[in-house]
Amino acid sequence: MSKTSHTGYWIAFGIVLALLIVAPLVLPEFWRRFLTEILIWGLLAMSSDILIGYTGMVSFGHSAFFGLGMYGAAAALLMVKPPNLWLAILYGLAGSAMVAGFVAYFSTRLRDIYFAITTLIFSQIFYVIIFTWTEVTGGENGLTFSRPQFGIPGLYTVPFTSETLHWFVLAVVTASYLVVRRITQSPFGMVLQSIRENEARTRAIGYPVERYKIVAVMLSGLFAGLAGVLYALQNRFAAPDFVYFLISGEAVIFNVMGGIGTLVGPFFGAAFFLLLREAFSRFFTEYYLIPVGIIFILMVIFLPQGMLGFAKRWLNR
Amino acid sequence: MDYLSLVWDWMVSHRDIIVIQTINGVVTGMILALIASGLTLIFGIMDVVNFAHGELFMLGAYVGVVVLATSGSFWLALVLSTLVVALLGAALQITTLRPLLGRDPLTTILATFGISLVLQNYALWQFGPVPRKIQEPFTGQFELFYLVYPWYRIVIALLSAGIIGGLYLFLKYGTYGIWIRATTQDRVMAQAMGIPVPWVHTAVFAIGAGMAAASGVLFGPLIGVNHAMGLDWVLKAFIVVVVGGMGNLGGSIAASIFVSLLEAYAAIFVSPAQAIIVSFVALILTLLFRPTGLFVPTPK
Repeated sequence: MSKTSHTGYWIAFGIVLALLIVAPLVLPEFWRRFLTEILIWGLLAMSSDILIGYTGMVSFGHSAFFGLGMYGAAAALLMVKPPNLWLAILYGLAGSAMVAGFVAYFSTRLRDIYFAITTLIFSQIFYVIIFTWTEVTGGENGLTFSRPQFGIPGLYTVPFTSETLHWFVLAVVTASYLVVRRITQSPFGMVLQSIRENEARTRAIGYPVERYKIVAVMLSGLFAGLAGVLYALQNRFAAPDFVYFLISGEAVIFNVMGGIGTLVGPFFGAAFFLLLREAFSRFFTEYYLIPVGIIFILMVIFLPQGMLGFAKRWLNR
Repeated sequence: MDYLSLVWDWMVSHRDIIVIQTINGVVTGMILALIASGLTLIFGIMDVVNFAHGELFMLGAYVGVVVLATSGSFWLALVLSTLVVALLGAALQITTLRPLLGRDPLTTILATFGISLVLQNYALWQFGPVPRKIQEPFTGQFELFYLVYPWYRIVIALLSAGIIGGLYLFLKYGTYGIWIRATTQDRVMAQAMGIPVPWVHTAVFAIGAGMAAASGVLFGPLIGVNHAMGLDWVLKAFIVVVVGGMGNLGGSIAASIFVSLLEAYAAIFVSPAQAIIVSFVALILTLLFRPTGLFVPTPK
């Protein structure tokens, strides 16, 4: 990457970040929540971009990581008194890491479509367990809890308002983005990309491909779990619907709409999808997925690079 | 040895429920085989994992409901629904899958996932969330231990077997069946021999869709018809197709019955909602120890 495009990138990053910081001060309550939600879904989509875009594995099981993040946070908030924000994040990450390790160990032995189906089936296993284990997980109704206070241990605590929650989510998402971006540019990320380009050659050079894949799935699962924790904090509930594989499908949709292998693309994809949902809900009420689904199919056929890839090509012309 | 005799005693004292669950398992297995053989045929010939297969099953059941309500004939509903959904399948293949030919097989997963979302919500919009019921064509029963067992269940198992048998004969001896097998083996060579490969793809998708619809109508009387019924079945069909060996017709039929029997026996001990975990475990074990599928000869 040349010097000028590098500074250009950081300027654009700064502008977007500044806009996102100011946004809750000027937006009305509904759109403030909406923006926070875009950030959370974008984080989920970005986590699956590590696999789809950088390692060349399409996961249809991210709902398991996301959902376990939610239930982990719920466990911390319901069992530990007084509820503690950092403990919720810790529990959520532990839950999703456990699941991710389990899924990664088995599913990385397979490639392409088989990987997609296995991850899908694994997420359904967790869905069935959560759905039927009513005593612990609340079954179909899920769990509700109150939002913890934001606090730095030993210094001060303050309850979340919708502005401060937005800033908190923004801080977590920005940090995650920078970490993932660093990872994808590290030697480790380069190996992942070489697995995507040519797995046999990567193996022949001497890299333990399976181990790299397992780490990639676990990493991706951790960030998906983090998104789950944030979603649980925002909405104050955990429900089995969020472990169902349709959520994984949505994460993949965000990626395809925004542009895979770009990390910021998934955020655009999530924003685009949620805006479409908002717009079409006005006319189609709960059947908004009919037009959105058709748009998605058209994008798969005609815009395989997603919006970001399309914009890039258009700008370069 | 002690444990073995304990198990044996248990089996003897519970032989009635074991027999009942065996029959149930085989019946469900035949229906599942009807769905899965369409799925595996589509995969085998064009590397398409059809996520929308469950929705074709669901739409078939709904078309059956509509035709049954207007004409009153179950068998007419079965035939019409098969034809209508087969045509729909052909249309879907031409509009969305044909442009994706030659691209990464994963894009076809995405496209068919999109189709499944659209179809599912279309059904919700058209027919509402209240489950519909298909009346079975006859209500004969026979006695089986303490249960009265409907003949209809036995008949659907036989009918499914008949349809699958017909498909097998068609693939084995029919001219077009030979085209299909030729295209599966070598797409380019088949094209060179003058077989219209794109249309073979369309026809196979239509056949798979029609079979899914037929199983939807046949199975409708046993479960309620609603817009989300496809999801459970497409997952089961995926399991079966992988356990049986991707693209292997005989394997997926054997796997259908195997998995359904496992679930039926598991349902003796746990609730049916939890019994599905047994088939998940079967899938994981298969992937770990025989990733090419349980019911195929060991690859060289």
